[in-house]
Amino acid sequence: MDSLDLSRWQFGITTVYHFIFVPITIGLSALVAGLQTAWVRTGKEHYLRATKFWGKLFLINFAIGVVTGIVQEFQFGMNWSNYSRFVGDIFGAPLAMEGLLAFFLESTFLGLWIFGWDRLPKRVHLATIWTAAIGTMLSAYFILAANSWMQHPVGWKMGDGRAELTSIWAVLTNSTTLVTFPHTITACFLTAGALLLAVSAWHLRKGNQEQVFRPSLRLGAWVVLIAGLGVLITGDLQARVMTEQQPMKMAAAEALYENTESASFSVFTIGSLDGKEEVWSVRIPSLLSFMATGDPSGEVEGINDLQSAYQREYGEGDYTPIVPVTYWSFRLMIGFGGLAMLVALAALWFNRGERRSTSRWLWIASIGCVAMPLLANSFGWIFTEMGRQPWTVFGLFKTDQSGSPAVSTGEAATGLIVLTLLYGVLAVIEVGLFLKYARAGAPEIPADTGDEAEDRPLAFAY
Amino acid sequence: MELTTVWFLLIGVLWAGYFLLEGFDFGVGILLPVVGRDERSRRLAINTIGPVWDGNEVWLLVAGGATFAAFPEWYATLFSGFFLPLLLILVALIVRGVAFEYRGKRDGALWRKRWDIAIFVGSLVPAILWGVAFGNILRGVRLDARHEYVGGFFDLLNPYALLGGLTTLVLFTLHGAVFLALKTDGPMRAQSGRLASQLSLAAVPVAAGFLLWTGLAHTDGWGIALSAAAALALLAAIPLTRARREGWAFAATGATLLLAVAALFVTLFPDVMPSTIDPAYSLTVHNASSTPYTLKVMTWVAVFFTPIVLIYQGWTYWVFRKRLKLSDIPA
Repeated sequence: MDSLDLSRWQFGITTVYHFIFVPITIGLSALVAGLQTAWVRTGKEHYLRATKFWGKLFLINFAIGVVTGIVQEFQFGMNWSNYSRFVGDIFGAPLAMEGLLAFFLESTFLGLWIFGWDRLPKRVHLATIWTAAIGTMLSAYFILAANSWMQHPVGWKMGDGRAELTSIWAVLTNSTTLVTFPHTITACFLTAGALLLAVSAWHLRKGNQEQVFRPSLRLGAWVVLIAGLGVLITGDLQARVMTEQQPMKMAAAEALYENTESASFSVFTIGSLDGKEEVWSVRIPSLLSFMATGDPSGEVEGINDLQSAYQREYGEGDYTPIVPVTYWSFRLMIGFGGLAMLVALAALWFNRGERRSTSRWLWIASIGCVAMPLLANSFGWIFTEMGRQPWTVFGLFKTDQSGSPAVSTGEAATGLIVLTLLYGVLAVIEVGLFLKYARAGAPEIPADTGDEAEDRPLAFAY
Repeated sequence: MELTTVWFLLIGVLWAGYFLLEGFDFGVGILLPVVGRDERSRRLAINTIGPVWDGNEVWLLVAGGATFAAFPEWYATLFSGFFLPLLLILVALIVRGVAFEYRGKRDGALWRKRWDIAIFVGSLVPAILWGVAFGNILRGVRLDARHEYVGGFFDLLNPYALLGGLTTLVLFTLHGAVFLALKTDGPMRAQSGRLASQLSLAAVPVAAGFLLWTGLAHTDGWGIALSAAAALALLAAIPLTRARREGWAFAATGATLLLAVAALFVTLFPDVMPSTIDPAYSLTVHNASSTPYTLKVMTWVAVFFTPIVLIYQGWTYWVFRKRLKLSDIPA
């Protein structure tokens, strides 16, 4: 492996790892803010206990999301300097805006939230968690605008050996961004909802703190369903935009080699290893055409036709992404997301009203539900990024041109090994802590001693 | 003023803000083994920076992002050229951030001891390496005609840059000691004050040596004037610390850091990364910058949002202005 391959592995590993925690942060911050709002408005203690319980899990997760985010920004310069030189005039702008407009909000107001329980008036304190939650979403918006530019470059012209910005407005309102942002945000809520559902189900089965966990289970399940619906709708819109802008990605998602009208969607395929021969498959007629074009009889372009079209446009070369990776990541993304929704639906139905499910299977499924959106998110990103290959910026700049000439193979290997090991160790610690606090249940709220806030110890101190 | 100059100054401001703010929380981390003789006092020290360290670190992320947006060539050359030191810094910052959040989340002396080591090392490594990095930027590195760094890792460990690293280390540690004296009450206040006095005696010769070396290598009027001002601010910190005027002492160490960063940037200008192979290969604000349009967009964003950020970050410091004492730490 050379420096470029190692950098690709590092980018893949650090990005997928980072994005395990980000959706939980985005979704859970808003849900915790919602629970705290419920407490401030109703004064009911179980809402406060729920706020503190989910808030603690949120913070354990946030810590690791934040620190691994630092690597994301710096590795563009470290491992992808040619890419940075080529796109910095455009790509750097949303990245800098993310820092100035979003990171500062998140980190500052989260600090105020953690340490401000006794120091701030109730409503001001509530506003801090909402502000942090909004910060996380702003952050998602800017980073998705940057990524969308790589998928579908707009508002640029070719300058002196690099891409130059001609309209920041075009970049910030890129059609790709406008469909990707709601798709990602709804997926974040799906993820956080599944977390609420899973942990609550575990406690309810044990008969723990029903007052806290029954509303949480319901909230989680509803969030999964509503957000899931949002993911579905926005995913459908996104598929059409993607087919228009990156037809090769859609063709690779189905391993469709020839142009086809009324193309069917294969739910499952057993094929040859290179994905070119099909042995057996389960197919839904016309679905791919509908997903790609909105018309069941619409024509979907195939890989072979696109490959020759791209060769005419961009010169000799292989313009096909790794088909099995795109094919399976696309299905696993949809499958795991859908599965989470089914579990949520079952959990709601069998726990409706005063009922309580005693099914062991539903219990296991509800707990397993936590992993499903996480897997769906990861496969979604793998699909989006791998499906764009061989380009870093679609149609403009290739991945094999993007590396850092100054970084040796040894250095790149060091980076890959060190970060992978570190992230591995952190994962073990994080999961251990997460389970500890998830099992511990919601904290008791100490009775107000009547002391002045000034004299009390810090409520949420390190 | 040209927008490239404006952005050079803004990036200087971001680094100055970063050193001013994260400087003291690095210092607290470095002093943790000294001031934290028992669990409660360690928690006291950590909680003085608890609400703010994360916001402080964002100054680095914004400095990085702003460099990417305004000077992509600089960002690309610097970060790929300093690959290994940056990797070390990132690992240190990751371990340190996790340590703050996780050390109190489980009981057990060994668990906490390990995270305390992580906080110490995670603060020490960047405190040294930022100085080394800036020393090298100022000194110039081996850049070829394509602005690629062609030197090795050990070229970065030259005496001047190492002195730079020692300088940031002692300055941040001193800044942290003054901050602890300012933010605590009781025994830790007295102990931090004494530490600050001792540290300032070490800081003066080291920092003066580095600034003098810089001044001799680059005979730049403004740079020398700012260096002298930084040295004066540092000297002023000594009597203020002794007199237990902690607020003023903190202002003095803060001013030292701000003026020192200003001196470095003014000395560097108009280069952003000089080449030691051939001055013609140097990266300057002109050949490293983005297009005027991008700079204009980013200027509007910065002009509008930087004051807002300053206001709410300032408010955070105001909310947590109270000195902490041992009894504030939950048993």
